[in-house]
Amino acid sequence: MEDQEVIKEFLIESSENLSRLDRELVELEQNSCEPELLAGIFRTFHTIKGTCSFLGFTRLESVAHQAENVLCRLRAFELELTPELISLILRAVDAMRIHLASIESEGKEAETSDGELCRQMQAAAEEGKPASARPVTEAEAAPPRGQNGVADSAIRVDVHLLDTLMNLVGELVLTRNQILQFTSSQEGAALNSSSQRLNLITSELQESVMKTRMQPIGVVWNKIPRLVRDVAMACGKRISLEMEGAGTELDKTIIEAIKDPITHIVRNCCDHGIEKPQLRKSRGKPIEGRLTLRAFHEGGQVIIEIADDGAGVDVEAVKAKAINAGLLRAAQAESLSEREALNLLFEPGLSTARTVTNVSGRGVGMDVVRTNIERIGGAVEVASQLGAGTTIRLKIPLTLAIIPGLVVALGERRSAPRPGRAGSEDGVMHFIIPQVSLIELVRLEGGAARHSIERIRDTAVYRLRGNLLPIVYLRTVLGCESGEHASDVVNIAVLQAGDRQFGLVVDGIRDTQEIVVKPLGKHLKGLTCYAGATIMGDGKVALILDVMGIAQRCGEISDNNRERAHGGPGSTLDERASGKQAYLLFGSGPYKRIAVPLSTVSRLEEFPQSQLERAGGRLAVQYRGRILPLIPLAPILEPGAGDTASGRDPVQAVVFQSGPRTLGLLIDGLADIVEDAASMKQASGRRGLLGSAVIGQRFTDLLDLETVLSAGWDEWINGRSNIAQPDLSSLATAIGPRVQVSELTEAKG
Amino acid sequence: MAPSPNSTEAQPVLRYATFVVAGHYFGTDVTQVQEVLRHQTMTPVPLAPPVIRGLINLRGQIVTAIEMRQRLGLAARADSQEAMNVVVRTDDGVISLLVDEIGDVVESEPGLFEDPPESLDPVLRSLVSGIYKLKDRLLLVLDIRQTLNLDAVVVQLAG
Repeated sequence: MEDQEVIKEFLIESSENLSRLDRELVELEQNSCEPELLAGIFRTFHTIKGTCSFLGFTRLESVAHQAENVLCRLRAFELELTPELISLILRAVDAMRIHLASIESEGKEAETSDGELCRQMQAAAEEGKPASARPVTEAEAAPPRGQNGVADSAIRVDVHLLDTLMNLVGELVLTRNQILQFTSSQEGAALNSSSQRLNLITSELQESVMKTRMQPIGVVWNKIPRLVRDVAMACGKRISLEMEGAGTELDKTIIEAIKDPITHIVRNCCDHGIEKPQLRKSRGKPIEGRLTLRAFHEGGQVIIEIADDGAGVDVEAVKAKAINAGLLRAAQAESLSEREALNLLFEPGLSTARTVTNVSGRGVGMDVVRTNIERIGGAVEVASQLGAGTTIRLKIPLTLAIIPGLVVALGERRSAPRPGRAGSEDGVMHFIIPQVSLIELVRLEGGAARHSIERIRDTAVYRLRGNLLPIVYLRTVLGCESGEHASDVVNIAVLQAGDRQFGLVVDGIRDTQEIVVKPLGKHLKGLTCYAGATIMGDGKVALILDVMGIAQRCGEISDNNRERAHGGPGSTLDERASGKQAYLLFGSGPYKRIAVPLSTVSRLEEFPQSQLERAGGRLAVQYRGRILPLIPLAPILEPGAGDTASGRDPVQAVVFQSGPRTLGLLIDGLADIVEDAASMKQASGRRGLLGSAVIGQRFTDLLDLETVLSAGWDEWINGRSNIAQPDLSSLATAIGPRVQVSELTEAKG
Repeated sequence: MAPSPNSTEAQPVLRYATFVVAGHYFGTDVTQVQEVLRHQTMTPVPLAPPVIRGLINLRGQIVTAIEMRQRLGLAARADSQEAMNVVVRTDDGVISLLVDEIGDVVESEPGLFEDPPESLDPVLRSLVSGIYKLKDRLLLVLDIRQTLNLDAVVVQLAG
């Protein structure tokens, strides 16, 4: 059943290809040997040959193969283009047409003999001159016409026509919206019901037009297993195939455009990438090679990854080959980076395969891949590790695709960042975040809006369910007036960019819409922050944000900051917190995760309320014959914050001791003890905190023990005025030079 | 094949769509001009070079609008004055040029043509391929390809 589908497609495609070949060959004869035209013809034969080979149409394949040989030599200027040669190739086209007709009507190739034709072509390719052109009646016989069946059952529609249709529907939607608005203010049932019908029909039309364009990538992938199997058999290899994300939907035009490239890449991987079983065994790899195809959305693009665990690309061999082929001078090759060298694979006429096989190795495949992918505005990347495999990533843009997106607003752009313009015609700008990148929305109001976003040097962070989420202001990213002025509401869109998450702060969140992605003009292609643009319901243009691009832009910014931080005045803090050590983690008041080095902690204690002694608002407990002052930590860190610790029963205290001085800090609860090197330090302006660090992979505040103890002590001792306690005076002495009057006053204020 | 009225039959007659930018009278090959539009709602593009004024919706097609005053290094337009759009077709798609006023279509008279003077402002000179000395004023022929080559703008700004 599946094969029937494949063959049907092959027939439609080939009949189209052949008619194009007829035209192009004649054109070639007239424009004697225009390289681009020749390359196009060559590719067409190559494609037909490739498809034949895995569908098992050997005769068709051999005709195409011979024709390709001739063209290959023409392309290398080793043959002169003569009318005889063109006739020869045209005859090959006719012969192929006969086979196609036969496949369509009989289900198999025609019983004609192409031997004579093939011999002539072979001779032509070898000698540079076609053998005496004896007519081959079978091949010259006109293909049976008038029974095109399958080929007629599907219509191919020009992309531009679909574009036009799409635009017209868009316009219709806008007009419909206007009419609906108008009729809602009018009386009259007839008009109202008509406009309602118009509304319905328009929506349906829009949906249908959109649907005509979407297809799952599985349409392309259905062919792959058979292809892999056949190539593997032909090469005597064992290859297992994994495919993920077959349901990923792509625009029809994009599906069309990536079909050939994917086929080429897969064939290349199987043929050149994955080694023969013996070789794999000797290299200590599993005998069975693995080929993985993955398709997924990422940052507003569809990524198609084709990875093998084969031999990888020998960069030096690529360079040598490129020098041989005259693409590169030896001196240039020296200075090429590995990535640049890998990109040479996409140059026409370069193949590292040592032998030209039936399957691949002419150096035509990757050339076609790049041409086709770039035509739809995509990009191809190769990553390869010699001996470990090759990964080819196709980045397919969402151009022409329809995606759900979240409309966000950036309000009141008072001054655009452009000199000489007071461009304030717009109160609010709308942007669209592709839904695929959106994880959740967080809205902070009131006090939370002002305080929840914390800063680590120039990087803003928000604690999202205990995890540290870097915060990026869209306003800043887009270079509109910097500064997140205090606002009562903060909207954070939590976005996924690759394997990272970040929060994008926007001024307003509107709604989710299905949007038609339209490409930006050439002049704006360089702006990585945008994936495209779309037209909103009111007819205005809105830019679609490229989440990946924004993340990269911010990554650069924060990288710079990090560099600046090094060697800066904050280094004492770095020293203090560097190295691995055990931290006691606890919570106090608004701070859910405070850390102190465990080595500074004397004891952890719990006291029942009944043991506590209160005097003048002070708390203490008798402990081992002494008075242990108990000081709630929260009010020290956050003056005015409620004391949530001393009301508990039992209260929890962390006891610190330094010489004879002993103090208990009352906390809300112990969290954990972890051993970690406190990374990502940031000094804090807050009293009682050294700063912030990531401890145990979570954002944690480091307690400034000295300050807290002296401040706590100060409060405690001042509070208890007249009551004298002998050991307390000694405590005060023990605190020593740290507790100076000036410091105390400062701490109180 | 009737002989052309002029003796210079070798020179094909070119027709220019004309427009005014900051008092200067420009013309561009009329076959490149797709249409002329009144002021359009514009969506600014943050981070874009200043010469790109924004994007407009041209019947469902998104078109980049280039501020000609900025491009030509001329004074900015007063806020009260609305820009007109000269929509031109290029190899890279459709682009809108923002100008002050739209003029008539003018036929070229090869005899009146002259290269731009050396002393002309270098930015302007790089974009003007020639000048027609019309009776009442000078018609500057705008080189669209150069005008839309914004890489040059960056260099100018940097230099």
